[in-house]
Amino acid sequence: MSIPTTNDQSVKMDKANKRKYLLEKVSSKVFLICALLSVLTLLLIIGFVFYKGAHPFVAGGYSFTDFLLGTDWVPSEDKFGILPMIVASIYATIGALIIGVPIGLFTAIFLAEIASKRAAKIISPAIQLLAGIPSVLYGVFGLAIIVPFLQNTLGLVKGQSLIAVILVLAIMMLPTIVTVAETAIRAVPKTYREGSLALGVSQIGTIFRVVVPAAKSGILTAIVLGLGRAIGETMAVILVAGNSLILPTSLTDSIRPLTTNIALEMGYAAGTHQEMLFATGIVLFSFILILNFVLAKISAKGGN
Amino acid sequence: MITSVMERTNTLIEQTETGKVVSEMVHHKEGTSKINVRDLNLFYGDKQALYGVSLDIHEKQVTALIGPSGCGKSTFLRTLNRMNDLIDGVKITGDIIIDQENIYNTNDVIKLRTKVGMVFQKPNLFPMSIYDNVAYGPRGQGVRNKRELDKIVEESLRGAAIWDEVKDRLKTSALGLSGGQQQRVCIARAIAMKPDVILMDEPTSALDPISTLKVEELITNMKKDYTIVIVTHNMQQAARISDRTAFFLNGEVVEYDNTDEIFSTPQDQRTEDYVTGRFG
Repeated sequence: MSIPTTNDQSVKMDKANKRKYLLEKVSSKVFLICALLSVLTLLLIIGFVFYKGAHPFVAGGYSFTDFLLGTDWVPSEDKFGILPMIVASIYATIGALIIGVPIGLFTAIFLAEIASKRAAKIISPAIQLLAGIPSVLYGVFGLAIIVPFLQNTLGLVKGQSLIAVILVLAIMMLPTIVTVAETAIRAVPKTYREGSLALGVSQIGTIFRVVVPAAKSGILTAIVLGLGRAIGETMAVILVAGNSLILPTSLTDSIRPLTTNIALEMGYAAGTHQEMLFATGIVLFSFILILNFVLAKISAKGGN
Repeated sequence: MITSVMERTNTLIEQTETGKVVSEMVHHKEGTSKINVRDLNLFYGDKQALYGVSLDIHEKQVTALIGPSGCGKSTFLRTLNRMNDLIDGVKITGDIIIDQENIYNTNDVIKLRTKVGMVFQKPNLFPMSIYDNVAYGPRGQGVRNKRELDKIVEESLRGAAIWDEVKDRLKTSALGLSGGQQQRVCIARAIAMKPDVILMDEPTSALDPISTLKVEELITNMKKDYTIVIVTHNMQQAARISDRTAFFLNGEVVEYDNTDEIFSTPQDQRTEDYVTGRFG
């Protein structure tokens, strides 16, 4: 007699659970759709940029090598060479790294290893806030402070220059480098530090001989992410770059990196000119892809 | 007749020799004191962790610190090379004198730590080659000469009884070794500094029985050159390898004596309860 009662109960339970299981299924689908949305967007953007950008070379008879290595960009005369912009982008990024990486790394070391908890509590949020400032404000800051400063101290006719871009980008990449590198340094096991200190090595010695090498892959990741930020930055750069179409030969030259070229001309460009701007985007995108590839390599190595 | 006399003489000689050996051992157990700790109190913020610890650690002996978890034995060990300095809010009163020098009166922690080496609970080799690990300390002291470093590395690894196992792979990552091997390389790394004192904080607690045995043998061999202070929660280990044992409880030293006495005829009831396994 008792057995059917138990069965009844279990059937009821199943009914009650059915709704839960349905909800489970539906919500997992919702999550999946959300996740696919970003992938879809990525594919659409890539597809669109490549479709538009590849068109002049595939259908218009333009040479891709001339595009990459040409030094003249005169859309009205059908001349589309972006070498000066590629060089400008690379110079600006490397320059920003030379200044930004040591400062960022030392800041990260200071925050993770040296600073008292109280000092870290003040500095850390300040750096994170730096990451949240809209990039146009960096540009305005650069234009109002750095550019006149360069003009006056170096006696330039025009302060908008490669060096101005480098300085602004160096500041802009700091939050990325500091945050990622600090996390990496903090993740180094405490036992390494103890082991080193117990061998009579000073704190600074310990940091540079054990802690930083142990955090190497994380620090490299920080640098590559900072690099990505610098190479893709547009708004701030437009304001301080000067945007001249010359192959930069000195730090005080006015430059036009890839990003600003697109932003400056896309508004009014049409036809082949517009497609060439998309092609510029492809080049920029390739840089970022290469960086991501490098990043993946580093992470994989760090995993070992 | 003659043979029996000879036998007797031999027995006599043997007896005297044994007697002499015994007396030497007893004498050795007295030893000369290397570290004098006087009325040491330690506070983590408001919480007191050590209460008036006073004991003398003798030169070229193994001194074991035993006691239940949280009794302060590791904390005490870490006062001997000032590793507690790394923790925020630690306050220490009292004196620790090593070779007539009060180690808390100086700011030269680096010098102290080159003289007082340490081996930790878990092997903590750096992510670099075996060679670089052992050469790490001497390089920090400014030894750059390759031949000199080679010599130190070999001597240290031999001293830690691991040379034969690693001599063909010195340039490979130290993290590829087994736990027991890593711990012996850690000991080699400490030896490379040519310290007087080596502190060991439960050095075998992360090791398997065979590796533990090897490390214990090593410790026994090492005491002819070094003064060793070892924290252990393994009472058999303390009984096997130490000359003197201090029993810690709730931040105090309950009893400190020759290891034999501690384990055979403890003076304090609490010591007896602990060593007979009634608590802990």
